[in-house]
Amino acid sequence: MTQSPPPLQSSACGRLEAAWEVLRQIPDPEVPVLSLWDLGIVRDLRETAGGLEVVLTPTYSGCPATELIQDDVRNALARFGTVEVILQRAPAWSSDWISEVGREKLRAYGIAPPGRVVSAEGQPMRLVHRNAMTQLACPRCGSMQTERLSAFGSTACKALYRCLACREPFEYFKPI
Amino acid sequence: MSHVSIQVGNRADVHYLLRIADACLILSQRLGEWCGHAPILEEDLALSNMALDLVGQARGLLTRAGQLDGQGFDEDQLAFLRDERQYFNPVLMELPNSADGAGRQPGDFALTQLRNFGVATWLQLLWAALEESRDVEVAAIAAKAVKEARYHQQHAADWVVRLGDGTADSSARMQAALVVLWPYFNELFVDDEVSTAAAAQGLGPTWGDLKSDWQAQMDEVLADAQLKPPKPSAYVPAGRLGIHSEHLGHLLAEMQYLQRAYPGGKW
Repeated sequence: MTQSPPPLQSSACGRLEAAWEVLRQIPDPEVPVLSLWDLGIVRDLRETAGGLEVVLTPTYSGCPATELIQDDVRNALARFGTVEVILQRAPAWSSDWISEVGREKLRAYGIAPPGRVVSAEGQPMRLVHRNAMTQLACPRCGSMQTERLSAFGSTACKALYRCLACREPFEYFKPI
Repeated sequence: MSHVSIQVGNRADVHYLLRIADACLILSQRLGEWCGHAPILEEDLALSNMALDLVGQARGLLTRAGQLDGQGFDEDQLAFLRDERQYFNPVLMELPNSADGAGRQPGDFALTQLRNFGVATWLQLLWAALEESRDVEVAAIAAKAVKEARYHQQHAADWVVRLGDGTADSSARMQAALVVLWPYFNELFVDDEVSTAAAAQGLGPTWGDLKSDWQAQMDEVLADAQLKPPKPSAYVPAGRLGIHSEHLGHLLAEMQYLQRAYPGGKW
């Protein structure tokens, strides 16, 4: 069972609301169909004396988009004053934090959304035999006749599959 | 950033974290050498992605080690301005991708996968233990890294079985890689005052704490792969004390070149 994301503290006051509105629209640089909000990496937005403080949780340890995301957030919120971006590692981001809207957007974009994370704690290591892998629905035609082509994909967060029915390759957002 | 080489102090917690950070960083550099050269495209992606995860894990720990060291060194300075004797990774990580050094170019795929398997097995046990660290920053890094390491372990285990229990050639090469790497695994589990002090502080486990679980998981996969573990070896490398093989200097020369040639240069 994964941890749920900590509750977000939102405030009704106008300036902060306006900043939230902007923050919710910033797209993820690698999967631009998703906003940072849909991806579930925005933890908090607070007012400071000179501007704003944004708390983000990185997805993967080595995700090369992390710096770009920080820049995007700073630029998008620049009109609210100085923007400080804080990276908060704990609790660790989980693909379970991707919103339902985000999952639908992924599917519509041709990326199979992640399945729910099953805790690996205490489970024995299991070899991934080719015929016993997760069965995924093709995000284009819905067929379950799909197979994995590559455990790693174009970004750290995805694997590559193909559909045997419509013959289209597609990406799978890995559950983590 | 100056180009003058830096040295960390003697704090046990700093050395403990650097041993792990350097293990991730140096193996990441080795895996990066495969980029564009792997036998199949899928593995090019896999090795590069795993290298990326490892460098991300190293960055977090280097930053934390720099804070505890208290001399103001950041992750970049620690990665690019330490000399060979100030690197504390196990020698296993710096061995070239090819068992006979200059032999196969760009490397021996069997040896690469076997090392990845041994290291990922070790790291996922280590990260799981570090999730309980009294240092909240280390615990947070570990909570993320453990998931990545589990994925790496499964992926490498898959290859170890496929090659070990594969053709006569792939099996012979896997067995040869096992013979080469076996003594180097010893270093992962040898304790000294650094690891015992870290364990006493609640920073993380002793290295020896991980040995029996590691052995059990290795044995299981090696048996599946029809590979025979070599006889135990008494050889214990001392990379964690800064005493390295001849290979690390060459690796650092390549990895640190830009920062040394253009001090403070930014991407």
